[in-house]
Amino acid sequence: MDFDTTIGRREFIKNLAISSAIIAAKAMIPGVLFANEADFKGLGDLDWNKTPCRFCGVGCGLLVAIKDGKAVAVKGDPQSPVNKGLCCVKGYHSIQSLYAKDRLKSAQIRKNGKLVNVPLKEALDLVASKMQETIKKHGKDSVSMYGSGQWTIPDGYIASKFMKGAIGTNNLEANARLCMASAVTGFISTFGLDEPMGCYEDIDYADVFVLWGNNMAEMHPVLFSRILDRKAKNRKVKIIDLATRTTRTSYASDKSMLFVPQTDLAIANAICYEILNSGKANFDFLKKHVSYKKGKTNIGYGLEDGFKFKDKLEGIDLDAVKKFLEDYTPEKVSKYCGVSVKDIRYLASLYSDPKLKVMSLWCMGVNQHTRGTWMNNLIYNIHLLVGKISTPGNSPFSLTGQPSACGTVREVGTLTHKLPYGVVMSEKAREKAAKIWQVPVSKIPSKPTHHTVSMFRALDRGDIKFMWIQVTNPMVTMPKLKRYRDGANKEDRFIVVSDIYPTPTTEIADVVLPSALWFEREGMFGNSERRTQHFNQLVQPPGQAMSDGLQIMEVAKRMGHGAMFPWTKENYIEKIWSEYSQFHANDKHSMAPYEVLKENPGMRWPYVKGKETRWRFHAKYDPAAKGDSYDFYGKPDHRAWLIIRPFEMAPEPPNKKYPFLLCTGRVIEHWHTGSMTRRIPALHQAVPEGYVEVNPIDAKELGIVNNTKLKLSSRRGSIVLKALIDGRARPQPGELFVPFFDESLLINELTLDAFCPISKQPDYKKCAVKIEKV
Amino acid sequence: MPIFSYLVYPRMGKKEELIKSLEGIPECKTVDSTNEDIVVLLTDTSSEEKEMHLQETLKQVPEIEGMALVYAGE
Repeated sequence: MDFDTTIGRREFIKNLAISSAIIAAKAMIPGVLFANEADFKGLGDLDWNKTPCRFCGVGCGLLVAIKDGKAVAVKGDPQSPVNKGLCCVKGYHSIQSLYAKDRLKSAQIRKNGKLVNVPLKEALDLVASKMQETIKKHGKDSVSMYGSGQWTIPDGYIASKFMKGAIGTNNLEANARLCMASAVTGFISTFGLDEPMGCYEDIDYADVFVLWGNNMAEMHPVLFSRILDRKAKNRKVKIIDLATRTTRTSYASDKSMLFVPQTDLAIANAICYEILNSGKANFDFLKKHVSYKKGKTNIGYGLEDGFKFKDKLEGIDLDAVKKFLEDYTPEKVSKYCGVSVKDIRYLASLYSDPKLKVMSLWCMGVNQHTRGTWMNNLIYNIHLLVGKISTPGNSPFSLTGQPSACGTVREVGTLTHKLPYGVVMSEKAREKAAKIWQVPVSKIPSKPTHHTVSMFRALDRGDIKFMWIQVTNPMVTMPKLKRYRDGANKEDRFIVVSDIYPTPTTEIADVVLPSALWFEREGMFGNSERRTQHFNQLVQPPGQAMSDGLQIMEVAKRMGHGAMFPWTKENYIEKIWSEYSQFHANDKHSMAPYEVLKENPGMRWPYVKGKETRWRFHAKYDPAAKGDSYDFYGKPDHRAWLIIRPFEMAPEPPNKKYPFLLCTGRVIEHWHTGSMTRRIPALHQAVPEGYVEVNPIDAKELGIVNNTKLKLSSRRGSIVLKALIDGRARPQPGELFVPFFDESLLINELTLDAFCPISKQPDYKKCAVKIEKV
Repeated sequence: MPIFSYLVYPRMGKKEELIKSLEGIPECKTVDSTNEDIVVLLTDTSSEEKEMHLQETLKQVPEIEGMALVYAGE
């Protein structure tokens, strides 16, 4: 994992030294800014180029300096409206992710149990022949592809066209199912259309920020800096951290409220109860713009193979909503949620104060939840009750974790049920895709097949025999990992992995294809605020590495589908953008032209008549909205749907044998499974290994001190970790936290593969475990 | 040929003078925070001997309230 120091070694070390100091300052002083972090004089004349950062969903603009064909320096792009010149620690070190010594530069095929280097042509030939052979023998639904929110938009588009249009299977999924699916189903059920109505500019207008289970200081540090900057300029601004664990975000907030995991459902309902019963709801807004619905209850957890669920919404009235909320008075909820009656009322008062603009922000705490869709619905319910939505500063805002979870997975639709426009179940959407792809409509199947957990279960059972994994590391990230690793390793399964470094996922591969990373190729990402950002190829990929999209096109050609991918290596991005844009050619979603994206630090869709859209569903800002105010045009009645959702327990509560509740997550220094950031010396040294956070009360009772080795066990597996007490964060008594970045300490051996029955997104935040000193 | 980086805290109201003093030392380079009283200092010397000398020089800078070493490398 050593860094290749042949690129201006001394200059590199100097930049590393400066970056390290900036990291330290940012850790000590939240919100500290270094607008011109380094002048890079020592590096001589540099060619600075814009590119979005790829290490979270915020989409910060970077400037990358290229010298002698290599990336040698990076700084925040002051022209980027996203980050205004700021970066987080991952951004400042991002370019080093290209140059670790064990970078995959050659294709590999497993021979006699070992991966050996082979010419790329041989590997691509094998992938194509194996895929064809599998389809011939077992049918088209026996092959699958699994990508991620780190796919560029064109790569995701190629994957969708290949799997759904060329092969004719809906066995296409992406790891965004594990992080954003509940946000999608939340948007769809409440508004009929996906993705936030607001944008990051809401931060510049909001008076109150309510963070729902969202450690923004570590997970979205640049946006959190913008919030702190807003607060620094306006002392009346309030930040409320509503969380299950005390974190750096809590310390920087005005108020930290800790709740019992899963009871966020009840707290949201209690806020709604209080707003309605104090007479502070915006009844005029409700009358004009909101419909009321109820869905199914006791909906299960998806723990068994073949689990099926389909929600059904029924119309109700406001009185029924009031009646439903009687079970959620602050007094009743406070008894089991851990938040005081006073604090619940305080939250309700902030949301309902007509003088205050309120922004709610959330990410994995809400989405990785067996009732994730419901939680998204409930936060919208609060905003709808007070009419604080779709205007500057009034914004329920679902943050994303990956650079193109929105742009690729959600917009292109690299999920089993999706097409670039609409869903496979819709004849109109299939007809549109067939027309643009020039294939018979009958080629595109009308039924979704497997969501992610189901897909890996199918691989284990043998219903799927072939899987091509790109840009993601499921052998670290899948919950209940052992089952899915054992399944992938079974005798007659064939696994292809496209990646840039060896990972636990390449360990299960029969073929490894070396991928080009980020600006080693041209592409686009789409961030959390509907902003599409183009980046040029700035350097050559090493060895045989090529973009994931080109790999798919090469295999498609070998399988006889070349006519669907008639583009060249030089023009395929521009050509794909032109073709893909046809899917969204309407006022509700039109994309900026290729030339505009190339010239600008991103554009937010809908891009209509040369203008981007900042706030959707309001006629003042959104060209698709009719009338003179709100128009929730995603729903047939042009209203937002307030859907009542109850509190239901998590599937695996602690008991006598497994008395602790385990939560997993990330740390600021590492990107997801650490396959890139653990190869960056400064980041690796900052957090070199996984650990388990223990509350000091539990630690005292069990005789645990820092670095005590603890065996963590769930019903599914065990690992040994060192204890960390009051490090960067503190879980509540009876709870533990373990980050998942460390591939040598696989916490997902313990986690449960329960998921939200509506979104099919797993819950990585709640499973029962025990700890023993070893 | 040591390279070090530090976080440097200026005495109250002396940040501008501190940066001026540090930038006046050939082996020093600073990165200023735009919103807090803190400065990143990078030092780059050509030998151990010169490094020792630089550290003595830094001790004499009157505007420094405190320093914290962050990075050390060669």
